[in-house]
Amino acid sequence: MKKKFSRRHLEELIFKVLMIGSFVFVVGSLGLILLTVIVEGLPALTWNMLTQTPKGGFYLGKEGGILNAIVGSLYLAGGATFLAMSISIPIVLYLTTYAQRSRRAGVMRLSLDVLWGVPSIVYGAFAFIVMLAIGMRASLLAGVIVLALIEVPIMARAMDEVIRSIPHELREASYALGSTRFETATKVVLRQALPGIVTAVLLAFGRGIGDAAAVLFTAGYTDRMPDGLLRPVASLPLAVFFQLGTPFPEVQQRAYASALVLTILVLIISLGSRVIARRLSKYVVK
Amino acid sequence: MAAREPGARRMRDRLAERSFLALALSPIALIVGMIAALLLRSRALLEAKPIGDLLFGKIWQPLLGQFGFAPFIVGTLWVTLTTMIIAVPVCVLCALYLSEYSGPKLRGLMKPLLDILAAIPSVVYGVWGLIAIVPFTQSIAVPVFDRLLGFIPLFHSHNPTGFSVFSAGVVLAVMVTPVIIAVTYEVLQTVPQGLREASLAVGATRWQTIKHVLIPKALPGIIAAIVLGFSRAFGETMAVMMVVGNVAQSPTSVFDPAYPLTALIANNYGEMMSIPMYDAALMGAALILLLVVLGFNLIAMLALRQAVRRAV
Repeated sequence: MKKKFSRRHLEELIFKVLMIGSFVFVVGSLGLILLTVIVEGLPALTWNMLTQTPKGGFYLGKEGGILNAIVGSLYLAGGATFLAMSISIPIVLYLTTYAQRSRRAGVMRLSLDVLWGVPSIVYGAFAFIVMLAIGMRASLLAGVIVLALIEVPIMARAMDEVIRSIPHELREASYALGSTRFETATKVVLRQALPGIVTAVLLAFGRGIGDAAAVLFTAGYTDRMPDGLLRPVASLPLAVFFQLGTPFPEVQQRAYASALVLTILVLIISLGSRVIARRLSKYVVK
Repeated sequence: MAAREPGARRMRDRLAERSFLALALSPIALIVGMIAALLLRSRALLEAKPIGDLLFGKIWQPLLGQFGFAPFIVGTLWVTLTTMIIAVPVCVLCALYLSEYSGPKLRGLMKPLLDILAAIPSVVYGVWGLIAIVPFTQSIAVPVFDRLLGFIPLFHSHNPTGFSVFSAGVVLAVMVTPVIIAVTYEVLQTVPQGLREASLAVGATRWQTIKHVLIPKALPGIIAAIVLGFSRAFGETMAVMMVVGNVAQSPTSVFDPAYPLTALIANNYGEMMSIPMYDAALMGAALILLLVVLGFNLIAMLALRQAVRRAV
């Protein structure tokens, strides 16, 4: 009797240790990633790097910076997020207000969920085919469109979750006052869901700014500042990738610094969205 | 003041419903459109060669018109399976810990941490792999495994660089943790509290409760979480391509280099228009990726819905 008792407690102990070990592994990996990028990137991070575009011989280790890629990435992700937002909000309002729990809404949600996992390189290949068919070159516009397509499922499903958690009484109060579904959706539901919507938008922005595979096909790369919707544009992930591809240690150092810049941007977005959501949540009816 | 009349308001409501519906159908249209476009573009190759030869052919020589996808498909599978072997136990145990043992404080801390892990761009994971994991594989993992388990071909390799299936697996394992942990955690939360209490009340330890009550109950959902992680790893491009070595040969050991499908597309799209059929072959590779991921995600999502519905 006693032996059996202690055996199952031993099992409990072993698995508890394993669980804590796994937890430490995950948290430790995150710490290790951030530490690696900071330690390797910080020494090469100079003011010139942030404020200059690549000069002649930049990829051989000469003067210059990655301002073109920073600005390009912000344009790409900003444009894509704006476009994705103007597609996602109507989709989500349709799902939550008009379709509600119908079978049709179920299929639409499923299509968004399934799209969410499609690799970005497949989006890139698809966009490349479409661009060939209509004779479009690699450009800021193409990059914005393909990134928006990638962002829509992420954004829409995140917003959907938030809006679905809004108490139904709030809508009913609005209907009882005689407002239409459209008025209720735009004037009551969207305001109530504002903190969640901001989080969803910033989440998608973060995804957009970090994407490389789809941008590789559609936006191209250039050493100049973005100079038009139909011109190629540089992006940070590809700046990292191309600098790493050179055989020169100085340039690779800069790749690490560029990766650090990208990581800092993403961290600011991720933490910033929490702060903004908390600020806005005080306007929400509890 | 015409706009203030009820008729105009109702019309605006209808108009919104119609136009929103059109947008809400667009994701379905996008899925169909992607499959159609990739099929159309790879048709030339699919018509010229039997599909069996393409999928199982071992020779990849675009200049000679030889397009065997086998090394790349096998490479993708090696990398993805290695990833899952590392990630699944860690993620499931971690989710169990968060859901069943940890206090609310730790749980509250974990959410932002997982969000950050999910937000880190894949190229940054690639840089981390290049700086930390590849040298680790080269100077520690390979010699240690070779000494201890070198008699097993799986752990024996002549590859002197650290660029290998193993390095890619480690990097990807960290990349898929947010997805698997978050979904597994959600699924565990749907298991009714009463079941846990009933089990603890008859004298089971917490681990016994997990083993005999929670895991059987949550299994479909946990499998769905794993499948979602699988398709993430399957389609990852940038990070993998930077650490996997890109040698078009089927690996025989986890320390061999490999060449996954995603890396094939990303590395060669530049010259694909200059060699006949090359573009069809690369788009065919994208089609394989798309169909596999769509299929897996569809199954996982349906299973998840079933799991949630059953719990409520």
